Amino acid sequence: MTTALVTEREPTLQSPTLRPLPQVCRLCGVQQPAAPVAICEECLGPLEPVYDPARPLPDAATIAARPASLWRYREWLPFEGDPTLSLDSGFTPLVDAPALARRLGVARLWIKNDSVCHPSLSFKDRVVAAAINAARAFGLDTVGCASTGNLANAVAAQAARAGLAAWIFIPDDLELGKVVGTLVYNPHLVRVRGTYDDVNRLCTQAADRFGWGLVNINLRGYYGEGSKTVAFEICEQLGWRVPTAVVAPMAGGSLVTKLGKGFAEFARAGLVSGRAPRLYGTQANGCAPIVRLVESGGEHVEPVIPRTIARSIAIGNPADGRFAAQAIRSSGGWVAGVSDEDLVAGIRLLAETTGIFTETAGGVTVAGALALAQQGRLRPDDEVVLCITGNGLKTVEALQGVLPEAPVIAPKIRELEALHGRDL
Amino acid sequence: MAVTFSLPTVLAKLADGQSTLQVSGATLGDVVAQLADRFPRLAPRLRDTEGGPYPFVTFYLNDEDVRFRSGFATPVTEGDEITVVAAIAGG
Repeated sequence: MTTALVTEREPTLQSPTLRPLPQVCRLCGVQQPAAPVAICEECLGPLEPVYDPARPLPDAATIAARPASLWRYREWLPFEGDPTLSLDSGFTPLVDAPALARRLGVARLWIKNDSVCHPSLSFKDRVVAAAINAARAFGLDTVGCASTGNLANAVAAQAARAGLAAWIFIPDDLELGKVVGTLVYNPHLVRVRGTYDDVNRLCTQAADRFGWGLVNINLRGYYGEGSKTVAFEICEQLGWRVPTAVVAPMAGGSLVTKLGKGFAEFARAGLVSGRAPRLYGTQANGCAPIVRLVESGGEHVEPVIPRTIARSIAIGNPADGRFAAQAIRSSGGWVAGVSDEDLVAGIRLLAETTGIFTETAGGVTVAGALALAQQGRLRPDDEVVLCITGNGLKTVEALQGVLPEAPVIAPKIRELEALHGRDL
Repeated sequence: MAVTFSLPTVLAKLADGQSTLQVSGATLGDVVAQLADRFPRLAPRLRDTEGGPYPFVTFYLNDEDVRFRSGFATPVTEGDEITVVAAIAGG
């Protein structure tokens, strides 16, 4: 008998040197040198990397010839030099979903399926791939995060692989799959009594105290850029064009914001043309501060205390809420809040029509898209992409008591015949 | 009412390097005003030109975001702990 060896893809980008880009404050515009810092010293606003507008950019053929990972878009990621870690994350399937398109009443619909993102089965592998390279470049030996689950999985997995210590903080009531899917990599996992927002506050203080590279705290400027690769991949996988609408779940609001940035950057580079997609954000009604912000037309998020089974997006005080709202409004898109019951139905609808099993956040996306279609915001001529950001095996609790019981029979053909006849 | 006021490093630099301070006042707003008087360079980081909090700076009174209470009008009592955290984090 022969055994097929499973090996990692051969890393093709190797360099001992990697330099994170300097950053600029999104509020006051003050530029700061590259550092594991995410807030402006002048106004405490958020920092983001500054790209050299004169840097050489690849054309579509050059990108297409590169390895199938998010690093094929490295000119739009926040480094000079070559990354050395997590070289095989990203480039997930874009799945044509005609049955779901018919259900929504739109012309075409695709699933951007990050439920199979490598290595930890969520889109958080993208942002961590960026952040962990930043951590290595800054010489940090410990990474970590505040997480609702998926990020915990991604940081634990990628830190283990990189040989970095990890301190990971989660609310104490997360789903078992998210906890096991973190602990298996043997990080320091800390369960904090409270909501994600309590965890986030503790982590912010921890980053200040211990000098760790907490990916969504003090490495956040670099981390967030990884989300743009969802937009880049959508463009490339559609044949270097944009869809008319994109629907994504919202937690901190970063993904929607970075989708808008990613589509704009590819348009500026001449890789795609035409009207930018309308961006639609979805949240569970039990934690919908960004939905409420867009609906109200306000400027600042009103924080809420989350009460939803969609724990992976249960952030009551979203850091990028204001920017997400701006991105949605300026794109001509809108928002949708859905009930927990509807998000479970969304999980089932996606599974039954596309063969993709998503977690609760994906259920929110599907249910939100249905609501937007029913409102006429998604139109019959639309070409829509739904961002499915996590894997259903992580949140099986959401389906407990919802799916039908599977019958148990003896291994006898007459019992199967009886069962078959009953089902006919 | 004497309370303990904790600052992140980025703001402690503007308070003579002190990350923990003892301050008194009847409300959070009073406490912030007193700190603003003691450390003029810190003042514009804690409150805007109209005297209110910034959207990107969160004040916690004993672990609770004061936006769920009465903001700067929230009363404080002896021994309370106030923590300032930059809101740009997480997600």
